[in-house]
Amino acid sequence: MNPGSPTEGPLLRIEQLHKSFGDHEVLKGVSLSVAKGEVIAIVGASGSGKSTLLRCVNVLEIPTSGRMYFGGREIDYHRLTQSRAGARELAELRASVGMVFQSYNLWPHRTVLENVTEAPIHVKGVPRADAIAEAESLLESIGLSDKRNEYPARLSGGQQQRVAIVRALAMKPEIMLFDEVTSALDPELVGEVLDLMTVLASQDMTMLVVTHEMGFARHVSHRVIFVHEGEFAEEAPARDFFTSPNHPATRQFLGRILRDDQVERHDVH
Amino acid sequence: MDGIFEYLMSFAAYVPGYAGAFVIAIEVAAVTIVISWMCGLVGVLAKLSRYRVLRYPAEFYIWFIRGTPQLVQVFLVYFGLPQVGLNLDPFVAGALALGVGSGAYVAEIFRSGLLAIPKGQPESAHALGMNNALTFRRVIFPQMIRIVVPALTNEAINTLKNTSLLSTITIMELTLYTQAVIAATFRPFEFYVIVSVLYLLITTVLTQFAKWYERRYALYL
Repeated sequence: MNPGSPTEGPLLRIEQLHKSFGDHEVLKGVSLSVAKGEVIAIVGASGSGKSTLLRCVNVLEIPTSGRMYFGGREIDYHRLTQSRAGARELAELRASVGMVFQSYNLWPHRTVLENVTEAPIHVKGVPRADAIAEAESLLESIGLSDKRNEYPARLSGGQQQRVAIVRALAMKPEIMLFDEVTSALDPELVGEVLDLMTVLASQDMTMLVVTHEMGFARHVSHRVIFVHEGEFAEEAPARDFFTSPNHPATRQFLGRILRDDQVERHDVH
Repeated sequence: MDGIFEYLMSFAAYVPGYAGAFVIAIEVAAVTIVISWMCGLVGVLAKLSRYRVLRYPAEFYIWFIRGTPQLVQVFLVYFGLPQVGLNLDPFVAGALALGVGSGAYVAEIFRSGLLAIPKGQPESAHALGMNNALTFRRVIFPQMIRIVVPALTNEAINTLKNTSLLSTITIMELTLYTQAVIAATFRPFEFYVIVSVLYLLITTVLTQFAKWYERRYALYL
């Protein structure tokens, strides 16, 4: 696979995206181009704007200014959120953009299976039987078939998060957004979620991954972006990012993170 | 022994009357509760709307209802509206006044339920392409109901007891019937005890239903 092959335009292109909350400018004009099949890790300190960037991609936040193109089409934020025709288009966009949240956000009043079939049936109009068959095979693939009729509260955090990933996959998205999906998990449950994401990456899923997991960023992603105070301070292929960071803020950040990693490793032994 | 039997038998004459009054009280309470839920749902959606034309009337509604006695509201509908040409049957006027009156409280109960739902719940629905209406119907509303069942039961019990206010507008429910019986027998103690037991019977059934409902849906909490 060759991410960013020039014959095919980028799947997602963001140009000069700004986002402010009140007086606080969270994103200060960031640009990004994501090729089909590319896995990009977005790292940086809390509050640097990483999550806001993801949330702008599926219009959970409306940028203050800037342009975004998905699959070659410009996303008109104003029209998508204001008109009836736009609402349909917004649903289509969101159906093609899967998102997984830090706090799983499974619906507690629906079983595992219902969580997965809900959107395919009610948003895409997939026949119920087909949606169930698809959901069952997805649950099978993550080893949770036996939990299909359980409510989310009966699952561990890691299991819930894997169901949340599968729920997004059931819509057959073209890109997946991961917003610190392992941050709320107990340490021993992080691995199973990262493993599933690694499998997805190996199946050429396009992924934007906001994460604090440097191992994942280093070994699974193709490119790493370091967000610092609302700007992309550094953007590099994964292998270069960790070995030869340029920006002083990156070096500082990596120094802090990697030292923490070593401390943790030390604690485990 | 003979005396006790005769004493008990003296109540038998009122059994059919109480049965009728009991049914009327339940009927009016049922209609009132349904009206209050509808008013509550419309009220809360309007109050939380981003449009001022909906928000302001909803706020006025809740403000007015909470700030005036329910008895006055009943009088306003039953005695007041005919003056502007709206003559309502006592049952309709009573159920409407109590239902709209209770609806303001139900709206606030619904609002507290909505506020208790984490922001991530509608967000994950939106992220999957669900629009606002679908998100409300499939994700928000079912969770809100589970949260508000205890408070809603409490309000239903209040409504049921407030049907006694309708004794003032000629509806022959439990309280008015009891007053009529007392006027004829001069035995207020016994008959107010009897009517209390009848109210308790209904409220206890309601409470038990709410308990069962909570237990049944506790499994995913």
